[in-house]
Amino acid sequence: MVEPLLRTDRLIKRFGGLVATDTVSIDVRPGEIHALIGPNGAGKTTLVGQLTGNLAPDAGTIHFAGRDVTRLPTHARVRLGLARSFQITSVLREFTALENVALAVQAHAGHSFHFLADVRRDETLRAPARQGLEAVGLGARADTLASVLSHGEQRQLEIAMALAGDPKLLLLDEPMAGMGVEESQRMIGFLQALKGRRAMLLIEHDMDAVFQLADRITVLVYGRAIASGTPDEIRANAEVRQAYLGDEAAGPA
Amino acid sequence: MAALLASLRTPRGLIVALILLVFAILPLLTQAFDQRYLLSIGTRIVIWSIAAVSLNMILGYGGLVSFGHAVFFGIGGYAVGILAANGLQSGWLQWPVAIAASVLWAALVGALSLRTRGVYFIMITLAFAQLVYYVSAGLEAYGADDGLNISRSRFDGLIDLRDKASFYWLCFVLLLGTLWFCSRFANSRFGFVIRGAKSNDLRMTALGFPVFRYRLAAFTLSGAFGGLAGILLANEGAYVSPAMMSWVKSGDLIVIVVLGGMGTLFGPLYGTIAFFVLEESLKPLLDLGHKGWGEYWQIVFGPMLVLIALYARGGIDSLLGRRHG
Repeated sequence: MVEPLLRTDRLIKRFGGLVATDTVSIDVRPGEIHALIGPNGAGKTTLVGQLTGNLAPDAGTIHFAGRDVTRLPTHARVRLGLARSFQITSVLREFTALENVALAVQAHAGHSFHFLADVRRDETLRAPARQGLEAVGLGARADTLASVLSHGEQRQLEIAMALAGDPKLLLLDEPMAGMGVEESQRMIGFLQALKGRRAMLLIEHDMDAVFQLADRITVLVYGRAIASGTPDEIRANAEVRQAYLGDEAAGPA
Repeated sequence: MAALLASLRTPRGLIVALILLVFAILPLLTQAFDQRYLLSIGTRIVIWSIAAVSLNMILGYGGLVSFGHAVFFGIGGYAVGILAANGLQSGWLQWPVAIAASVLWAALVGALSLRTRGVYFIMITLAFAQLVYYVSAGLEAYGADDGLNISRSRFDGLIDLRDKASFYWLCFVLLLGTLWFCSRFANSRFGFVIRGAKSNDLRMTALGFPVFRYRLAAFTLSGAFGGLAGILLANEGAYVSPAMMSWVKSGDLIVIVVLGGMGTLFGPLYGTIAFFVLEESLKPLLDLGHKGWGEYWQIVFGPMLVLIALYARGGIDSLLGRRHG
């Protein structure tokens, strides 16, 4: 049995009387795509918040890459190799696409207490940033301000930023949100190509994407993980069908 | 410096060059036209420009509205004043002590205030500045409310600060140094982290930057240059008083930075010049009737600021046309 890369152990998060994360134990193994699905209000965002370090759990532990990171601040988890994209696109709008990725590279290139050397001529940052942009198909948009990029391009840019630090695990919070069919398909293709080389925890509403990409799926309902298994197992699970999937995914899909 | 020279080929570059040229030879001009008073104003413009550039590092590039920046006028000034009052006249001692005091205070205030956001940050920086203000007003041994007359710092054998032209040139060289540092800072790795955090601090944290640490460093750096301006201001008037660091002065500094153009290299310089020139010209203009209206020059200045805020969001800097590169 391979040691999981990310593992939560009986994670609990309460907001007043509401248990948003109810004793959740999930794991992501190296190289696999583990999808997290669930209806709105199931507690996906809350769980992601605890994984990234934006929220502190009330009980339970989070282990990442062999370390207990439960109390580690966000930036320290990123340094260990846990990168994320946001549900709502989050790029540095006043910077060019290249500068966005170059900053992501810089975040992993030691401390940034350098006050004099011009970062705009720093090929140790710009060369890998250019490669990263080309990898997601944004090579031609390098010098365009991020705010001018289309929504789909901004999503691609986010992926390039997340990949810049060569992370062990990609935490993708609805990467297809707000994308057109064609853009979604391109993103799915891109993630498919990454599959096996990088572990991913994929939070996604688009069921087609989830069943195409995931090795394993965990279903979250009212804060609880009610089922976990391969796409086929999840499709066949009566409880899941009742709670969430309905007829849509139970059909031929 | 190469970047500074390259920008000479654009209209805005020419304007900058012209301003710096006039500043460089100001003592010669005021002597030629026998306008000593103008040299005094020029000196204050240069000193305030240093403070404005230092505030711009956190306000303009960092998006952190510090409403207590004039406290560094006070800390730098009082460090010099208190040492001088105790017979320690050497600038070699006074200046490093004053900078160190500014750095320490900035680190303390930054460590507490940078944990907050928005209005809370503004209020905390203001509160800490007011704290120092009232402490200085209570220093009976050093003049309390009335302030303290001091003799100027001594750099024996090197420069005589009592000579107005020498002192002016020293201030001007220090302004050039501050501008040079700011131009490098803005495009350095550090500067990009600070500017990135202004744009989207959640994203910067998610990229792996410990944003708080970098902001604290920037706040401290800004305080150091602010303290330098305080040292110079104390020497300019041979006098320190709590009024140097009243919240009104902190407000003036913010106005200057916004007026000139936040997050631009020369914006604080334009802002300071505009502020002083307007003050010095509106006062006598309004006083033409000899009714003491000059005190109310800000009644005219205020609406001008509103117009800038409404129609020239980038401040004076944006009025000079598109920026190169």
